[in-house]
Amino acid sequence: MELLLDNHAYQDIYEHARKTFPNECCGFLYGKEHENRVIYQTLEINNVMQGDQRDKFQIGPKDYQYGEKYARQNNIDLLGIYHSHPDHPAYPSEFDLRMAFPYFSYIIISLDREKMLDIKSWQLSEEQSFEEEVIHFAKVVQ
Amino acid sequence: MAKIIIPTPLRGYVNNQSEVEVKGNTVKEVLSNLCETYPKLKSYVFDDEGKVREFIRIYVGDTDSSELDIENTEVDSNMEISIIPAIAGGI
Repeated sequence: MELLLDNHAYQDIYEHARKTFPNECCGFLYGKEHENRVIYQTLEINNVMQGDQRDKFQIGPKDYQYGEKYARQNNIDLLGIYHSHPDHPAYPSEFDLRMAFPYFSYIIISLDREKMLDIKSWQLSEEQSFEEEVIHFAKVVQ
Repeated sequence: MAKIIIPTPLRGYVNNQSEVEVKGNTVKEVLSNLCETYPKLKSYVFDDEGKVREFIRIYVGDTDSSELDIENTEVDSNMEISIIPAIAGGI
């Protein structure tokens, strides 16, 4: 499994994660399905997890509905979710797995206070485990 | 009869439809009928006891179904029921 991530979309994810550090950030991923999945737009969403947000995120139901509407209005596909792992590797946790849905790409960006450490994308398999999607970075012409 | 809005990640289980019209008298019945027609959807909507799963939210119009008794809430043809994934995660 592979996906193409637009350079600007990647930069937007990193900026969001940096802005919310040491808390987790989250947002939607948009693009189009061609031979490979192409992600070229993101939408920042407020993390509404109650309590400590340094190790958890949640997207509220109204924000989720807005995310779907945003895709329809802009004639793009909602392709997944991104979130950050501050001071932790870009690998999905047990909690990530328990809450995962099929079809979506789950991009996780790992960072510390100074820099981005890693970024990986994951998709739920039919066996209900995460498989890594290899990310290719490129400038996407829409 | 009610219209059910299917979220993007579950559309693959309903022939890639974003909306499905389903017969039934109550919200629970409509959801059950949907899952009967599209059996692969069932494990994402209901648990083994027939309750709506913890990681799914059902909205009836703008109302969260947790504020309703879905077994006894009657539907009408103008009613829109949304299946909403509870998106969360973390370390």
